[in-house]
Amino acid sequence: MSGRPRILLLDDDQDFLELYREMLSTHLPSLPEVRTANSAARALALLESEPFDLLIVDLQMPRMDGLQVLAIARRKYPQLRLMVLTAQRDEQFRTRAYAMGVDQYWLKPESDQEIALLMEAIESLLTRAQEGGFRGVQSKSLVDIIQLECLSQSSCVLKINNGTVEGKIWIQKGEVIDAELPDLTGEAAFQRILSWKAGSFEILPADPSRPRSIFTSYQGLLLNTAQALDEAASLPSPEAVATAEGKVKEVSSTAPLLAELSQLEGVECVLAIDDGKAEFEHYWGLENPKPLAAWARATLQQFRQLGDQLQVGNLTQVVAAGPDRKLALAVCGGTQLCVGFPPSFSTDEVRETMKQVLTKWAS
Amino acid sequence: MGILKWFTRRSQPQLVRLPAGSFTLDKEGRLMTSTLPQSFPQETLLEIGRRVLATFNHAHQAQMPLAELVVHYPTLKVLARELRGGAIVFLMPVR
Repeated sequence: MSGRPRILLLDDDQDFLELYREMLSTHLPSLPEVRTANSAARALALLESEPFDLLIVDLQMPRMDGLQVLAIARRKYPQLRLMVLTAQRDEQFRTRAYAMGVDQYWLKPESDQEIALLMEAIESLLTRAQEGGFRGVQSKSLVDIIQLECLSQSSCVLKINNGTVEGKIWIQKGEVIDAELPDLTGEAAFQRILSWKAGSFEILPADPSRPRSIFTSYQGLLLNTAQALDEAASLPSPEAVATAEGKVKEVSSTAPLLAELSQLEGVECVLAIDDGKAEFEHYWGLENPKPLAAWARATLQQFRQLGDQLQVGNLTQVVAAGPDRKLALAVCGGTQLCVGFPPSFSTDEVRETMKQVLTKWAS
Repeated sequence: MGILKWFTRRSQPQLVRLPAGSFTLDKEGRLMTSTLPQSFPQETLLEIGRRVLATFNHAHQAQMPLAELVVHYPTLKVLARELRGGAIVFLMPVR
């Protein structure tokens, strides 16, 4: 999208719409083009027919409420920035809105100062690049962030989330001193975190008590990581190799990974299903994976749909317990994972181990 | 004026808060008991129950009967226990 940014404003109060259209289109430095909709149906029709950079939604509306609109908008237009502007003070709605991927949640301003802050926030969302990258600071890459922190000799902890996986990088007086993932620490964790292409991060206060496990300079670390990523990118795709007949053959690149997952404590079996295709299944520790695969696929579908209906965010995990086995289901990237555990494993142990499984799989 | 105001007031449906509580279903999916507030739509309860029972039934047909199911979302946890073909379902909003 080029030229003036475009905002779609959705609220059932016509006076509010008029006021804010005037305010946004004339007072913001980027002079955005502002369209308005007084119903969810009208807003969705506009989104369907015209490109927008930002959707601003009220929550409390007749027929279809704002959360429902947000769920649809997030699914159909993943690049669209979303903002909630509401009088709803209930913290549960704020939490749910953020869980659904909203960029910002604002209470309707009640003073000039609050209006000024809101205008700044909207302008910031509009000027933010539409490309991927890490949310948190104007879509900088992780390498940029680490370089900035190290060059300014600062001390902090970077907390990075990639889907359900959380990583941390400790920076002390301009040097990277440690990194951590659920299953890795030190330089290996650092390299793996830097291989993530998108996610979100926040900068936490420094932790001077953290023991140092990385002794390479930050320039050396970034260089090593860049080399490793370049080498990985130059390898032919292990997923599919064209055969002489021109057909694409699946190569069992997941076999070593499944074996690695099986080393985790308690893991009895693993089943990986391609999200959306019926025929692509890899498994370990199962004699007949078909019934389990069918159940896992149906269950994930059931509860992903339910999550959308209830507007409670994306499904994180399903844990099912039977007399013979506990089963955990989760979606990671384009793969549905089903992992079996002994029945004696507690639900907490299952959840913790699943975090490790997802980290390995995501990496 | 009060009565005029009543006539001109626009209907403002409430946003549905996620409640904490439990409900039970029989094996036909009928709602038997509920500790959830009446403001929470019964259709939503039945919809949750329908999906829970379908999951238990599907597992049973696949020769892997389940006793418990825990579904985690960022802002809600749903815990269901199988009860002779029916289920008791707990809704627990995550704070």
